[in-house]
Amino acid sequence: MGALDGFKVTFKQIALPRVTTPYPAEKRPKPDRHHGRHVLNRYEDGMEKCIGCELCAGVCPARCIYVRGADNPADAPVSPGERYGFVYEINYLRCIHCDLCVEACPTEAITESKLFEFSFTNRQDAIYTKAELVVSDDGLPKQLPWEDWREGDDERTSAWVRATSPSGSAEFEGRVQWSGELGYGTRASEPDQATRDEETGDAWFVFTENRGGE
Amino acid sequence: MHLLLAAASTATGGDPLFAKGIGFAVFLIVAVKVAVTFVVLLVATMLMVWFERKVISDMQNRVGPDRAGRWGILQSLADGTKLFFKEDLLPERADRRLFRLAPYLSMVPAFLSFAIVPVGGIVSVFGHHTRLQLADPPVGILWLLAMSSIAVYGVMLAGWSSGSKYPLLGAVRASAQMISYEATLGISVVAVVLVTGSLATSAIVAQQSSLATINLIRLGVVPFVLFWIAATAELNRPPFDLVEAEQELVGGFNTEYSSVRFALFYLAEFMNTITMSAIIVTLFLGGPNGPHFGLAPTSFLAAWLLPVVYFVAKVMVFLFCYVWFRATLPRFRYDQLMDLGWKVLIPLSLGWLLVIASILAANTTAEKIRNLAIAFVALIVAGAMLLRSLQLGKATVSEEDLHS
Repeated sequence: MGALDGFKVTFKQIALPRVTTPYPAEKRPKPDRHHGRHVLNRYEDGMEKCIGCELCAGVCPARCIYVRGADNPADAPVSPGERYGFVYEINYLRCIHCDLCVEACPTEAITESKLFEFSFTNRQDAIYTKAELVVSDDGLPKQLPWEDWREGDDERTSAWVRATSPSGSAEFEGRVQWSGELGYGTRASEPDQATRDEETGDAWFVFTENRGGE
Repeated sequence: MHLLLAAASTATGGDPLFAKGIGFAVFLIVAVKVAVTFVVLLVATMLMVWFERKVISDMQNRVGPDRAGRWGILQSLADGTKLFFKEDLLPERADRRLFRLAPYLSMVPAFLSFAIVPVGGIVSVFGHHTRLQLADPPVGILWLLAMSSIAVYGVMLAGWSSGSKYPLLGAVRASAQMISYEATLGISVVAVVLVTGSLATSAIVAQQSSLATINLIRLGVVPFVLFWIAATAELNRPPFDLVEAEQELVGGFNTEYSSVRFALFYLAEFMNTITMSAIIVTLFLGGPNGPHFGLAPTSFLAAWLLPVVYFVAKVMVFLFCYVWFRATLPRFRYDQLMDLGWKVLIPLSLGWLLVIASILAANTTAEKIRNLAIAFVALIVAGAMLLRSLQLGKATVSEEDLHS
């Protein structure tokens, strides 16, 4: 048809699936390594992982983390070892969710959840302290009234997220290299990329691949 | 008054409502017709805005408006309400009176030109017979040409009175474009009038009672296509939307407008789209005519419902096509637009008119063949002259380019 081919193209689009999602009503699945609001993890026995070393505060490019360490009380230690994070604050008006704190942490104490939809109405609410950041006794992040948690956002918050294959090196694929945590134990590793692609793991990637393959 | 109208109704077209004189009941019926046309047209325009946004989002693989009402159907109502509450800016350098007048000059003709469109056949209301058509003047289709000419003033004065250069450029483009394409529009209408023998839209529709006699077929498709293209250009709709080419002219003739006045332009634009689709249906597709499935012509279904349904369905096809054009076709460049109008559409419509006239003027087959032969010779001579002049024009232009 030559010049009129364009009409066919636009007409066919009507039947094709939409690219856009009606956002607040319907949400796209988040990638496994999505950077969201932080959590402070605990070991399986309930001890906090944070040792108050301030490496996260040092590496933070936005300078949004404030940490003050303290010696563990001998009778009731908060973390295994000598010191623990006595004060831990993150200012979410500054945080850029770059995940460098997570990379810097030697004990996998700070990691990120999938939650990114939270808005506060005053500055004080924007500063999260240990009361909000440390996971609850069942190992799940504490949910604040202004946070919009969806199913699955609070899972996969552990160091598993960053440690599946350090530096993208395939040698480390499938090897467990993270400590256990409260409520979950030691998490199993992700299948290697070839297996995951076969099983069509994450809906996000399936979606983009389908679109590209058209 | 009575005599005049009665005379009009006995001539081609005319509303049988006025045959028995004008009483209170007749006045009331006319008033109701005016009110219904006004309201229906307004609502249809709002739905058209929504329809366009929804269909074009479908064609662009998006969701489109879906917040206001179910499927976002109240979106244009929400937009309109918002516009009414916005600040109405009047540029310092504007010609105040013309600036205020211009939106109405484009809005009012948009309403008025729909008056001559037959939406249905003749119905009886409380013993009075009337057409489902607001007005059926003997000048009929000329009313449309008159109104679309006045609408040019709306666009032109809007651009001129803004006291700003982009609106002025848009307005100059608009007037040049609308005047150029009005020629083709008019000549296509002449073809319809020639074959009908009447200017009244009711008579034009009445003659297209079956599929074989609709003007689309009787006139051989070409006038229909020419009219459609010219109408698209008249409406300043894509691919002829140079008037409001955002990339070049910010927003075109309505750049300086805001609030209610902007809403009026916007409304007029979509109302014109509906009106033009209705006119195309009237002129070439038999308006409200369609199969009646053996129903009694006086029954409610055959007199009221079916014609209106046919009319709306036919108009919808064209409305969809206009959106489809917008989703598909890129905008013409200005010189391409003028080339198409003057060098292709006008010669083609004139030539086709000559062929139709030569056939209509003949009574016998021998005369027909003779007339056609003369017409073809004339067309070939005219065509050769046109081609030669185009060639010469091109040569001059390229020489000028070399020297500059």
